[in-house]
Amino acid sequence: MATENQTSAEYIQHHLQNLTFGRLPEGFERVDHHGKVVETLTDSAWTIAHNAAEAKAMGFWALHLDTLGWSIFLGVLFLYLFRKAAIYATSGVPGALQNFVELMVEFVDTNVKDTFHGRNALIAPLALTIFVWVFLMNLMDLVPVDWLPLIATQLGIPFMKVVPTTDPNATIAMALAVFGLIIYYSIKVKGVGGFVGELTLHPFNHWSLIPFNFLLEFVGLLAKPVSLALRLFGNLYAGELIFILIALIPVWWAQWFLSVPWAIFHILIIVLQAFIFMMLTIVYLSMAHEDH
Amino acid sequence: MNLNATLIGQSLAFAIFVIFCMKYVWPPVMQALKQRQKKIADGLEAADRAKRDLELAQDKAGKQLREAKQQAAEIIEQANKRSSQIIEEAKEQARVEGERMKVAAQAEIEQEVNRARETLRAQVATLAIAGAEKILGEAVNEKAQSKLVDQLAAEL
Repeated sequence: MATENQTSAEYIQHHLQNLTFGRLPEGFERVDHHGKVVETLTDSAWTIAHNAAEAKAMGFWALHLDTLGWSIFLGVLFLYLFRKAAIYATSGVPGALQNFVELMVEFVDTNVKDTFHGRNALIAPLALTIFVWVFLMNLMDLVPVDWLPLIATQLGIPFMKVVPTTDPNATIAMALAVFGLIIYYSIKVKGVGGFVGELTLHPFNHWSLIPFNFLLEFVGLLAKPVSLALRLFGNLYAGELIFILIALIPVWWAQWFLSVPWAIFHILIIVLQAFIFMMLTIVYLSMAHEDH
Repeated sequence: MNLNATLIGQSLAFAIFVIFCMKYVWPPVMQALKQRQKKIADGLEAADRAKRDLELAQDKAGKQLREAKQQAAEIIEQANKRSSQIIEEAKEQARVEGERMKVAAQAEIEQEVNRARETLRAQVATLAIAGAEKILGEAVNEKAQSKLVDQLAAEL
């Protein structure tokens, strides 16, 4: 849906830009979308970025308000529904909501029990949170790509990227949290010595091969969070991009002939990616618990 | 697409969600599930037990019925035996009583006969004497002839 005063490239860039809040440095030149300088900042200012260059200039200490807002909203929605079901949970005949919640909980619990054989009160709720939260965030991808950004524009909000999992910040944050847990449990279960030993005396248990082992194992260790984060991000980003590209096709009926099949196919992807993220988390944590 | 402090915000949100889920969502749901599992297991067990109990009760009832039938048959047999015994006894009693009455009647008859005979004998003596007086036309010395008359009477 590129309008006459917006090129296709601008349309795509607009859809891929997060609503960024941060500090513009002193002397920064703000420009309008024709590239004309509107104002030069005499002092550094906390503001919302109006284009990609401004967002970039804000550096690390900036927040993606849309990613945070939507993901927290969805997380709260998830916990609100599940907490409601948990409060009224009865061992008698369950209601519709409780039924659904029990279905999810049992599904996650079965997967955790199949993979992880130790005793840990954290892993199952962690897996449930990951599965449902990631699923809900992915689900935002099925909302037609123009609806929410258009409403936001009408309200004077310059950008609105509604799928938090297409923001690498969201997926990397989760992957880092899981990575932290992997290291925590590795050290807790095996001790510092055990963990270092696992990194250095594996797969070749000989002192002369310690550097080689370390290289192999360290790469393997780092690959876990990186692959976890990038897999989810990549799948959802690509899916979102295809929705945007379909929306750009000028023939009006192409929306239904292309967007609908892609959306139906995407239902599979969003569930699958949520499931994969959950399963890999369980597998990584169960590996962290295993003593060689 | 920039990496920035959103990373930290997202990590915090994630941690809070996980902790909330772990503390307030997972345990009650799991507890409800476990309780229901236990309830169902108990129910199945109770049903099994009830089935066994029913079988036992049916067995017992059948046995008691058979025993009762047997007892009833025994009682009837005993009653039959007893009744025939009573009949036999009654018959015997009746026979004995009849006999006794017959004997008594015979005794009475004999007594009556004897008495009649005695009376007759007494009267015969008188009649004989009266007849003889008429025939002889004179008084017979009763004393003198009494020996003769007594002889006569004794012959009757």
